[in-house]
Amino acid sequence: MTVSDPDSSEMTVPEGHVAFSIDGVSMTAEKGTLIIRAAEQLGIEIPRFCDHPLLDPVAACRMCLIEIEGQPKPQPACAIPVADNMIVRTQRTSKVADEAQRGVMEFLLLNHPLDCPICDKGGECPLQNQAMTAGRSETRFEGPKRTFPKPINISAQILLDRERCVSCARCTRFADEIAGDAFIDLLERGAQQQVGISQDTPFDSYFAGNTVQICPVGALTNARYRFRARPFDLVSVPTICEHCASGCAMRTDVRRGEVQRRLAGDDPEVNEEWNCDKGRFGFTYLTEDRITHPMVRDEVGRLVPASWPEALGIAADALAAAAGSAAVLVGGRLTAEDAQAYSTFARTVLKTDDVDFRARPSSDEEAAFLTSTIAGTFGPTYSDLDVAPAVVLVAFEPEEESPIVFLRLRKAVTKGSTKVFAVAPWASPGLSKLDATVLAAGPGQEIAAMSGSEELMQALSQPGAVLMVGERAATSQGLLSWLAATAAQTGAHLAWVPRRAGERGALDAGLLPGAAPAMWNGETGVGFAGVIERLVAAAQPQEALVPVADEAVADELQQETADVDEEPEPPYRALLVAGFDPMDVPDGAALVAGFEQVPCVVALGTHHNDATRAADVVFPVAAVTEKAGSFTDWEGRRRPFPQVFRESLILTDASVLSAISDEMLLEPQDEPIALGAMAQSRPAAPRLSPAEPARLAPGEAVLATWHQLLDDGSMQAGEPYMAATARPPVVRVSPANASDLGISDGDPVTVTGDIGSLTLPALVTDMPSGIVWVPMNSGTNVVSALGVASGDTVRVSVGRVS
Amino acid sequence: MPLTPVITAHWDEADSFTLDGYRRHGGYSALSKAFEMGPDAVIAAVKDSGLRGRGGAGFPTGLKWSFVPQNDGKPHYLVVNADESEPGACKDIPIMLANPHALIEGIIVASYAIRADHAFVYIRGEVPHVIRRVHAAVRQAHEAGYLGDNILGSGFNLNLVVHAGAGAYICGEETALLDSLEGRRGQPRLKPPFPAVAGLYACPTVVNNVETIANVPYIVNNGVDWFRSFGTDKSPGFKVFAVSGHVQRPGIYEAPLGTPMSELLDYAGGIREGHTLKFWLPGGSSVPMLTPEHIDLPMTYEAMAEAGSMMGTGTPMLYDDTTSVVRAVTGWLDFYKHESCGKCTPCREGNWFIHDLVHRFDTGRGERQQLKILDDVCGQIMGRSFCALGDAAATPFPAAMKYFADEFEAGTTTPSSQAFDPAASTVFNEVRA
Repeated sequence: MTVSDPDSSEMTVPEGHVAFSIDGVSMTAEKGTLIIRAAEQLGIEIPRFCDHPLLDPVAACRMCLIEIEGQPKPQPACAIPVADNMIVRTQRTSKVADEAQRGVMEFLLLNHPLDCPICDKGGECPLQNQAMTAGRSETRFEGPKRTFPKPINISAQILLDRERCVSCARCTRFADEIAGDAFIDLLERGAQQQVGISQDTPFDSYFAGNTVQICPVGALTNARYRFRARPFDLVSVPTICEHCASGCAMRTDVRRGEVQRRLAGDDPEVNEEWNCDKGRFGFTYLTEDRITHPMVRDEVGRLVPASWPEALGIAADALAAAAGSAAVLVGGRLTAEDAQAYSTFARTVLKTDDVDFRARPSSDEEAAFLTSTIAGTFGPTYSDLDVAPAVVLVAFEPEEESPIVFLRLRKAVTKGSTKVFAVAPWASPGLSKLDATVLAAGPGQEIAAMSGSEELMQALSQPGAVLMVGERAATSQGLLSWLAATAAQTGAHLAWVPRRAGERGALDAGLLPGAAPAMWNGETGVGFAGVIERLVAAAQPQEALVPVADEAVADELQQETADVDEEPEPPYRALLVAGFDPMDVPDGAALVAGFEQVPCVVALGTHHNDATRAADVVFPVAAVTEKAGSFTDWEGRRRPFPQVFRESLILTDASVLSAISDEMLLEPQDEPIALGAMAQSRPAAPRLSPAEPARLAPGEAVLATWHQLLDDGSMQAGEPYMAATARPPVVRVSPANASDLGISDGDPVTVTGDIGSLTLPALVTDMPSGIVWVPMNSGTNVVSALGVASGDTVRVSVGRVS
Repeated sequence: MPLTPVITAHWDEADSFTLDGYRRHGGYSALSKAFEMGPDAVIAAVKDSGLRGRGGAGFPTGLKWSFVPQNDGKPHYLVVNADESEPGACKDIPIMLANPHALIEGIIVASYAIRADHAFVYIRGEVPHVIRRVHAAVRQAHEAGYLGDNILGSGFNLNLVVHAGAGAYICGEETALLDSLEGRRGQPRLKPPFPAVAGLYACPTVVNNVETIANVPYIVNNGVDWFRSFGTDKSPGFKVFAVSGHVQRPGIYEAPLGTPMSELLDYAGGIREGHTLKFWLPGGSSVPMLTPEHIDLPMTYEAMAEAGSMMGTGTPMLYDDTTSVVRAVTGWLDFYKHESCGKCTPCREGNWFIHDLVHRFDTGRGERQQLKILDDVCGQIMGRSFCALGDAAATPFPAAMKYFADEFEAGTTTPSSQAFDPAASTVFNEVRA
């Protein structure tokens, strides 16, 4: 933008720009700039309702009418681009524009109920605000207003008050243009025009909450916030969403020490102005069933509240004695700062490399891949997606696993020229909305599908192409090795998109075996799986482990054992666990059972779960609203956020670790684990070959599974309205398998894994035979209840298992 | 000026609507002429003829056709707007009933000119008999080789689809019509892009009125000079005037543009026996009313505009002295309120407002200051709505106030039904008497 003195005749017009004037101020702007945007650059606010910078113009509300010299009628500033020599007069300098706007405002209030005193929007309402500047103080309309029954639910979460609606169509345009979920539309005509849903199809969009936020009146409200607060009673804090690795900027509004609502923040680089419903509504867990006191075991082994000094003392003693024989297992939801603290504590105090943040199905190949290829990198970024000629999604379902990545891809596809390819077992609704070319492949079949597609390999070779891989790739042996090699070979940007908000930060903090410089003399440690293996092994009777045939040797052995000690050396002298639910960890039950083998298990957490209940010392820690910190999103972008409840005294994980170190009277070398050093000696990428395809017996199938965005996740607890908008869980069966087994849609189908089964209604889905899909944690947690993960072989049967 | 039946020339023959009836008088002979001329020459001829759109706006037809970008690699479409729903307009429906083949021949020529191989006729859904007749005519034309592939060996292909609307006045607005034709809810589209650039299915599209297209074969057959020998310089040609209201012989009168209303009224046998003309509208309820003093003005686009009204659809409605202006305006506003599509605020809410106010005057409950409010509110709609429907709704009241303010003032005390017996202005009342 260039603004010049109106008197000066000369103004340089950059290439691709046009020169015009608004209210007598000459300026230039890029060709195609809408008048309303150009005026904003001058600080002139033209009132508007239907206009939204991220939605296509409709010019429906007519609030932004302005005068353009030479035009007989006032024109909508939201829909007309500036042009060379255009002379624009807004309401500030034009009577025509001012009168037109006042007229429209009178009309807008005609059928509006004016129930501001009981309206959620009151106090932050564009209609209210603009009525103050452009409205009459008294109405001239004495007739009856149009009425509707109200409010009506258009989903379990979203409520519609049709009387308040000004038909700006922001919500319907958002649903159609941005989310691709055209579940709402305008119906009827004239003053009866209203937003509606089709019969029996509620507005169950993952992004529905955005419509409430962009509604310029109080027509759309949500069940969670309805009547909870007035905007002027709220304290707003800019925050970052803790739910997934998308890294959304948010605004958290609090009152009386409680979060009342969360809104999408405005960050053009990341989430633009949108977020998903999980981020928006999933905050009730913050206050439910929190751990409030340190806890220790009493003399009969019960976990009881304890004072901080007592708990710290016990933990410090145990951990001090465990240097060199400890493991640190944390979840993927820590802040980068807390992850750094655990990493430092593990390496400098506990002198162990047995660390892991992957409380989910994972593999050593993945650890090697992350350390070699992803840790400490930045990009590709959201902006790279905007301009990528091709984006290839592997083991990654963006709408379910990183919804803002999905929205950005959809923008790139609908507004740009990006082509999306997806290697997935079936064309999900999300992939359909991305108009993706789906290479049908189940877990374990990805490499064959990709290398067999010339189109895809060519797409990857285009400059700017992006290859996005999800965390599920870990269980497909050889896939990450192949992807790293293919990215290097084609030049495609490689992005790893984990599901949890803290995984990338934990990776960058070195919370993986071998991911930090060795500062103890030892070898690369083990992660979750290795730790569990050791605990399980220790629990086995020695005899069973070492079958001894020779009696003489056996005697000798017995002699040796007797010589050393009566107590065998435990697998670990201490475990430090934090921030994960064993439900999500393969063999998580064995992990918890293995706590028996460890003299002291120290747990840190916000909520109780099987791990904290089985621990010896438990410390409460701060949740996201109670601390400042940062998450690192999938791009590698640091997303810092301040403390929402500044009066909170709850300690962060890092502070608790610091208190423990203090108690140990150690001088922890608090120098951070230098990733720069690691980057110089970055290990080589893994080179694992794919496993042989599973041989399926009749009635068996390879399990494909991933998390639906809204499911039984513990951070969605206490939000029934949101839960009711989740996609209903089904078992997806291929047409061939369905016909073999005589399955039709809706039939109960049982999927049986190593330790259990689940039964869900069938949905015959176009996908390769030999694959069965279930949601990972919708009603049944596949990992903990079935004991299987994506890519494992399961049995499929019709009907319920009694 | 004498009547000049062209489109209506043979409507008195029993089979005027059949293929044989049409061909008996040279029907479908414009096709080979047009194919000989070539598309650009057809566009030039229509341009030179000065034919103006007969749907209401009077936009030069040839100019509209010339806006269609050529050699753009996209399909082009011709869409005929046969959604005749304007109160008082009844000309397209008779044309389609009595002379559907002139429309079809015009469609073929126009499609050929703009290089469209798909054409659509969007007929209002309330007239199933007309839809059936056009369907039958299209079938006949297909069978006779005028539609389909390689028409008359010219290499030109055309498919013609007859589509029925579902009862919305707004779908007569060309972009709403296109939305409706695409299967969406009919609401006007933001322009630009104009249909000539991105219309039906985002491809270059010409939307023309039935009567406009029905003119085309006659222009091609008889030439530009012949066409220009009718009418005036700015309003050349002839017009299917549909005269309705309190006249002795309401009906279709085809006469040159420029024929004064007084002559058309003579053709229609004058105002009802024992009554005098009170006011009249040149073309549908959406144009401002005029009074007997305007009756000798030539019916041309320019003269009507000068008199403060519009040619509109060219279907004059005449009202005699039994008519309450307040009741007439109230009826029209009922219509516009019902038909407002709801997209833009001025039309959606403004209609609600003026509807409420005008009913107060119709029932004798008006207050004097509300006349000022009504006028204000009409001004707040006029020129500020998304499409012309809002403008149309804001038209009747100010026009009526201009000539009949006293009747509205009477509406502060007296219901229109007391001032003017509703039965007196009905036809059946006359029969009863």
